[in-house]
Amino acid sequence: MELNVTINGERVTRDVAPRQLLVHYIRDTPGLTGTHWGCDTSNCGACVVLMDGKPVKSCTILAAMAEGHEIRTVESLERDGQLDPVQMGFHELHALHCGFCTPGMLMTARALLDENPDPSEEEIRVAISGGICRCTGYKNIVDAIRWAAEHEATTRQEV
Amino acid sequence: MVQTPAPFEYERATSVEGAIAALKQRGSDARIIAGGHSLLPMMKLRLANPEYLIDINDLDELSYIREEAGEIRIGALTRHVELLESELLARHYPVFGDAERVIADPVVRNRGTIGGSLCQADAAEDLSAVCSALKARVVIRGPDGERVVAMDDFHVGPYTTAVGDGEILTEVRLPLRSGAGSAHEKVERRAGDWAIAAASAAVWIDGGTIADAGLALSAVGPTTIHVTRAEELLRGSAPSEELFVEAGEFASADCSPVPDGRGPVDYKRHLAGVLAKRALRRATARALHQEA
Repeated sequence: MELNVTINGERVTRDVAPRQLLVHYIRDTPGLTGTHWGCDTSNCGACVVLMDGKPVKSCTILAAMAEGHEIRTVESLERDGQLDPVQMGFHELHALHCGFCTPGMLMTARALLDENPDPSEEEIRVAISGGICRCTGYKNIVDAIRWAAEHEATTRQEV
Repeated sequence: MVQTPAPFEYERATSVEGAIAALKQRGSDARIIAGGHSLLPMMKLRLANPEYLIDINDLDELSYIREEAGEIRIGALTRHVELLESELLARHYPVFGDAERVIADPVVRNRGTIGGSLCQADAAEDLSAVCSALKARVVIRGPDGERVVAMDDFHVGPYTTAVGDGEILTEVRLPLRSGAGSAHEKVERRAGDWAIAAASAAVWIDGGTIADAGLALSAVGPTTIHVTRAEELLRGSAPSEELFVEAGEFASADCSPVPDGRGPVDYKRHLAGVLAKRALRRATARALHQEA
């Protein structure tokens, strides 16, 4: 079936089988391998992308179900060479070791801050509880998201 | 190893009637897909092999939580996150908030639906116990119209419901009665996991007496366990700690857990009793506005 899915603001058209999962549809698009394909059982959260602004696990959504919706992947975070505050936070506070969970964590963090610009540590921990990180013990990820929240608050004041 | 479902045909429904017509035409080969967070994993494992999927995610008319005719009515496509954030449910039946906070994780809760959870009919699923304790009724629509079914008649066996070929679950109805209190207690191995055991309780208190009660258990039997003996015990009695302990003993005795990676039978029976007692205690405190 021919499918039109909007990914990072661009229309991606491809002929795929109905059984194709969204994670593979995204990763088979040139330049979009940042979304990671992990456990395939909706447990690990490496494949999290935003669908109409909400984080979803793209291993458990058919590509066909995404037609007509706006998908955002990790590639959309950096703009004109400027990293998104959540990316800067992960960089500043060393919130990744191997990096496999990072795209899912970043997109989950982005969605959290869009909805709640000043989350508590507890709110951050709940928000990322759908992602598994086997390196950091989560401490630095939580700190990085908090850093991003504070950085965004400061930037907003300056503007 | 790539986990991909076996091939199937796909259509997007544009109306409930259209979905029912497609279901009728395709018979038992067809399945409804909503959030897909139960069905797609089953299809990847070849435990479900539908040849035709009817996607109902565009049917906004099935997504609502509203008060109508002395009931709270919840559309089948209402997602877990919407149940968690509903002020109407928080006010009347806080048991939903208790359960939703421990169902999977926030990202999964953005997709999964109440209709999908109930139709999956997994004995370990939390909302089935919640709806059973609240004495919910569900609306099933087919080519010949609607029928309203009580929860006890809805779950007919493991992974099996009263929804027949050509039919679709459209709504969950919760009776609104005065003096209500409700709570859900769950123990899981780690955040987001299925329950080792869980208990949902509801009480309706009138003048210091429990006018009616609901108690149901998750994960300790082939289906959701409705502890009717405990409900009979509670009905007409004044709430007390001794009463809740006795109701918990019925819960322990009347469930039928199997030993697995989550624990042995004795432990699960013990847990079912303790959680039933705690859920009743909290439901009663809420009914009396005495929650700590």
